[in-house]
Amino acid sequence: MTAVQMADGAVGHGRGAAPGSSTDAQLIYFSSASENTHRFVEKLGLEAARIPLHTNDETIYARRPFVLVLPTYGGESGRNSIPPQVIKFLNQERNRSLLRGVIGAGNTNFGTTYCLAADKIAAKCHVPALYRFELMGTSDDVDRVKKGLEDFWTRQSQTAQ
Amino acid sequence: MTDKVKLLHHVEAINWNRIQDDKDVEVWNRLVNNFWLPEKVPLSNDVQSWGTLTPAEQQLTMRVFTGLTLLDTVQGTVGAVSLIPDALTPHEEAVYTNIAFMESVHAKSYSSIFSTLCSTKEIDEAFRWSTENVNLQKKAQIIMDYYYGEDPLKKKVASTLLESFLFYSGFYLPMYWSSRAKLTNTADLIRLIIRDEAVHGYYIGYKYQKGLEQVSEEKRQELKDYTFELLYELYENEVQYTHDLYDAVGLAEDVKKFLHYNANKALMNLGYEAMFPSSVTDVNPAILSALSPNADENHDFFSGSGSSYVIGKAVNTEDEDWDF
Repeated sequence: MTAVQMADGAVGHGRGAAPGSSTDAQLIYFSSASENTHRFVEKLGLEAARIPLHTNDETIYARRPFVLVLPTYGGESGRNSIPPQVIKFLNQERNRSLLRGVIGAGNTNFGTTYCLAADKIAAKCHVPALYRFELMGTSDDVDRVKKGLEDFWTRQSQTAQ
Repeated sequence: MTDKVKLLHHVEAINWNRIQDDKDVEVWNRLVNNFWLPEKVPLSNDVQSWGTLTPAEQQLTMRVFTGLTLLDTVQGTVGAVSLIPDALTPHEEAVYTNIAFMESVHAKSYSSIFSTLCSTKEIDEAFRWSTENVNLQKKAQIIMDYYYGEDPLKKKVASTLLESFLFYSGFYLPMYWSSRAKLTNTADLIRLIIRDEAVHGYYIGYKYQKGLEQVSEEKRQELKDYTFELLYELYENEVQYTHDLYDAVGLAEDVKKFLHYNANKALMNLGYEAMFPSSVTDVNPAILSALSPNADENHDFFSGSGSSYVIGKAVNTEDEDWDF
């Protein structure tokens, strides 16, 4: 699949899950209009739900334990690094209680704030920061995250028993 | 040559209360919040460190910085300005003026470094070198030719490749010095430039992709082919430029990995998949860590032993980012 086709696809179904809907997906993500994180998640080929793009829309609700994928916003001081749409999503206690891990998207050019939003959420919600990738991720990133998530959920189910 | 540069023929008062593309506001705010000036960086603290470099290392550093000055000058004076007539929204036009000004700040900041560390004679010699180096002039010329061309999307490709790829043969060196605890204040300044260029490349690449949505599938394929051809042409030239500069200090191979890594990121900014395989993008960890202290493998929970089960240590949890 070429990137151009993906850009096309993103136009069709890149708007996110229906506001207010509930999801069984074990991967929940936010991606801005740049579609970088969306493309990464698409390449994973796993069932995933996208947090609505517009802050004013009602957020979505997780029904099963999930891993969150999100990019970092904000500048040097790291303030406002978490997209407001993700804050709205995590302000729902139910969503927070089902969060098991965070994956960060970013760009090392941002130095100390590279993937900061993922770290902050991991710290605040006491879950591990699982992985970082840049922009839309390379094929190696995709392979590692697919394998990593598989192992992660296996371990999670063993721990739960 | 300048007679070919287009200006907008029609301008309306810009209304920031009616936004067509939220990305314009987001990026404008981000650029404004990131604003800086070289006077804020205590470059004079590097004088002693500069003295520990050999004459050859000093000359290399000055040449690298004049090369970067040339690219920033191109981007500030021609590149970002040339994108204005093709903008899809008035706010996009405003963002390009911000980018153009910041590129001029970058270009000037190298002169701040020079005046702090070097003699007038050395500075003049380094600038003379920059006008005479064939590969440096070639890369500036390739990009300039597209800026004077007619195709709006090709201009954006050239611009993104400049912002996200062509600078990095130069950015390598201050990161290298920083990793050896040399010229650390200069490196702090360069990191500010690197951060700005990331936002510029991201934004221009995003606008390129918005433009792609408006053209035929055939044109999209043509632009994709063009992008990879141009990248390859620039890459060949960058490799020669890298050998010109770094062979004497034995760093050329290390620099090339950094080039591959950044070429991949430039492609991703344009919405394309990375081209160079991981076997040639394994950037020296010391360089990566000089760029971003969070970039090391210890943060990879999936492949690690679990020792990296970091639950966000050293993060300020007093942040007002969240309410939850």
